[in-house]
Amino acid sequence: MQSILENPYLIAVLVALVPLVWILPYALFAIWLERKVSAHMQDRLGPMRTGGWHGWAQTIADMIKLLLKEDIIPSKSEKWLFILAPYIVFAGSYAAYAAIPFTSVYIGSNINVGVFYVVAVSSLVVVGILIGGWASNNKWSLLGAMRSAAQIVSYEIPSTLAILTVVMVVGTLNLQEIVKSQEGWFWNWFVFQKFPFLFIPFLIYFIASLAEVNRTPFDIPEAESELVAGYHTEYSGMRFAMFFLAEYANMFAVSAVAVSLFFGGWQSPFGTALSGPAWGVFWFLSKGLFFIFVQMWLRWTLPRLRVDQLMYTSWKVLMPFAFANIVFIGLWMMFSH
Amino acid sequence: MAEFRTEEMVLNMGPQHPSTHGVLRLEVVLDGEIVVNVVPHIGYLHRCFEKHAEAMTNYQQVIPYVDRMDYVTSMNNDLAYALAVEKLLGIQVPERVSYIRVIMAELNRIASHLIAIGTYGLDIGAFTPFLFCFRDRELILDLFEMTCGARLLYNYIWVGGLSHDLPDGFVEKARAFIKTFRPNIKELNDLLSYNKIFIDRTANIGVLPADVAINYGVTGPMLRASGVRWDLRKNDPYSLYERFDFEIPVGTNDIGVVGDSWNRYMVRVREMEQSLNIIEQALDNLPSGDVKSAIPKRIRPPVGEAYVRSESPKGELGFYVISDGSGSPFRVKARSPSFCNLSVLPEISRGAMVADLVAILGSIDIVLGEVDR
Repeated sequence: MQSILENPYLIAVLVALVPLVWILPYALFAIWLERKVSAHMQDRLGPMRTGGWHGWAQTIADMIKLLLKEDIIPSKSEKWLFILAPYIVFAGSYAAYAAIPFTSVYIGSNINVGVFYVVAVSSLVVVGILIGGWASNNKWSLLGAMRSAAQIVSYEIPSTLAILTVVMVVGTLNLQEIVKSQEGWFWNWFVFQKFPFLFIPFLIYFIASLAEVNRTPFDIPEAESELVAGYHTEYSGMRFAMFFLAEYANMFAVSAVAVSLFFGGWQSPFGTALSGPAWGVFWFLSKGLFFIFVQMWLRWTLPRLRVDQLMYTSWKVLMPFAFANIVFIGLWMMFSH
Repeated sequence: MAEFRTEEMVLNMGPQHPSTHGVLRLEVVLDGEIVVNVVPHIGYLHRCFEKHAEAMTNYQQVIPYVDRMDYVTSMNNDLAYALAVEKLLGIQVPERVSYIRVIMAELNRIASHLIAIGTYGLDIGAFTPFLFCFRDRELILDLFEMTCGARLLYNYIWVGGLSHDLPDGFVEKARAFIKTFRPNIKELNDLLSYNKIFIDRTANIGVLPADVAINYGVTGPMLRASGVRWDLRKNDPYSLYERFDFEIPVGTNDIGVVGDSWNRYMVRVREMEQSLNIIEQALDNLPSGDVKSAIPKRIRPPVGEAYVRSESPKGELGFYVISDGSGSPFRVKARSPSFCNLSVLPEISRGAMVADLVAILGSIDIVLGEVDR
C-alpha cells in the first residue's frame, strides 16, 4: 500500500484527475445555471420538475439521454477525423486546467511558464473545431469551422497582450506566483493596481476570452440563425455532449485565468481573514463562477456581431489599446524603479 | 503569376433552416461570405387556397381558409375577405361591427408585428427580446380567446358581421393590455432597437430605394420604411378607418438610411404605438348595436366582381372575388403582400454577407403560409 502511494506515476495520474472531478459536476451545474439564468431573464421559470427542487437534476437526465442516443456518423464524413474532433477539443480545454492554481496547496503542475502554457494549450481547441467542421462534410459545418478558426486566432492576440501586461508587472509567468503577489485585501488585486493600466487589460482580456470560448456577442461560429449549429451541426449524442462539455470547461478556464491574473485567484478579499487552503478553493471557485454568470448575463442580453465587425473589434479596437497599454505600463515600471 | 482564382459555392438555405421563417428555400450563390445571387424557391406550403375557395358551397365557408393564409394575422385576412364579399353584395354593416373589426385588426397587427420584431431579434442573435415579445403577444391572444374561443385561427369576422359580440369585460381587459404594453415598447427599444450591436448589424443593410420598392410592388411597413407615406388605412380607408386619428410612421435617416433593415424594423415598432392609439379611440367611442343584424341568411351575390384591398400588417392584402350568381364563389384571387415583398429579396441582398442575408430576410417579415397560400 505504502509503495503504491509513493509511485510517482500513479500520483501524477491522481493529481491529473482532480480537475476532472471539478469539471464534470461544474459543467452539469453550469448548464443548469445557464438555463435558470436565461429563464429568469426572460420571464420564464426554466426547468422546474426533474429532481424536485427547481429542476436541479435536469442536466443529469439530459446527460443520460445523450449517452443512450444512437451514435450517428454521417456516411460521407471522414470517419476517423469525425470521431477524433470532440476529443481534441475537450483535451485542449482540459489540459489548460493543469496550470491553474485552485488553491495555495493545489496546482496540477507548478510550471514556471504557467500562463504561457494555458494560452498555448487552449489553442488546441481550434484544431479540433477545424477537424470537426471539415470531417462533417457539411457546408454549414465548414463555414462555422472556418469562422471559428479565424476568430479564435485573432482574439488570442489581444488576450495574450493583456496577459503580458500583468506578466510585466509581476515578472513571472508562474500563475501561483502571480496569485501570491496579490496578497492582502482586495485593493491589492491587480485589477485595482496602477489604475487604470491594469484595469484596461482586464476588460480586453475578458472581451477577448468571450470570443475565444464562442460566447455571445461573439458566438458567430455556432450562430444558430445563420449556420444552423456551426461546426457541430452533424454531431449528436455523446459526441455533441463532448463539444458541449468542452465549451463549459473552456468558459471556466478563461474565467479562472482572469481571476488568477486580475482578481487575486484564491486570495481572500479580506486580507488574512477567511483565508487558508480550503477557503482558497472557495474564493477561487466563487470568483470563477461569478465570471461564468457574467458571461451568461451577456449572452442573454446582447445580439451577435457580424464576422467582419468581429474582426474589426479585434484588430482595430482591442489590439491598439492593448499595445498602448503595454507601452504605458512599461513607462510606469521604468519610472517607478 | 497566374491569377489566384476562387470558386463560387452554391448553398441551399432551407427548407429546414432556423431563419427562413418557415419552409422557404433560398438558393444562395456565395463567393466566400459574400452573396453573389440568391433565388427564393417557394411552394413548399402551397395548399390550393384559391381552388378550395371555388369548391365551397357558401361564401362564409371560405373564411376558415382565409384564416390559414397568414396565420399570424387571421383577423386582418378575415376582414379583407369579408369586405370584398360585402362589396359584391352591397351590404352596409352596422357601425359597431366596423369598430369591433378595427379593434381586432389592430390588436392582430400588434401581435403580428411582435412576432416580426421578436423573430428578427432572434435572427440577429438576441434571444431575450423574442420571449419578451411573445409574453406580450400572449395577452392579445387571451383577448381573442375570450372573444371567439380561438387563439390563432379565429373565423371571427363574417360576411356582414361578426360571429360573436364582444364578451363582458373585454373593454376593461383591452384597456389593461394597452396600459401594460406601452411601457413594454420602451423596454424593447432599450433592449434591442437602440442596442449598438443591433444597429451595427441592421443599419445600412439591404437598402431598398423607394422607386425599386414601388416597381416590385412592395407594400406595407417595407414600403413605408423606404420613405413612401402610403397606408391604405389613410389613403383608401375602409371599415371607418377615416374616423381614427393616427400617424403613418416612415423610415428616417436618424440612425441608418431610409429603406434599410433597421428602418423596416423600426417602422413596425412605431406602428404598434399607433395601433394602440387606434384601439384606444375605438374603445372610447364604441357604438352599441347588434353585430349579427346585417348577416345575410343566404349569400347569393349578383353576377359581377369586386376587388377590395386592405392594409394587413405585412402590406397590401387584396381579395378579388368573382360571382357567377350562384351560392359559391366562381373565383377568389388573393393578392398577398408577403409574396410581393419576398420578390425584392434578390435585388437588395446581392453583395451582402451571409449574416446580412439573414438580417434582410428577417426584415421583410414573410409568412410562408401567405407566400404560398
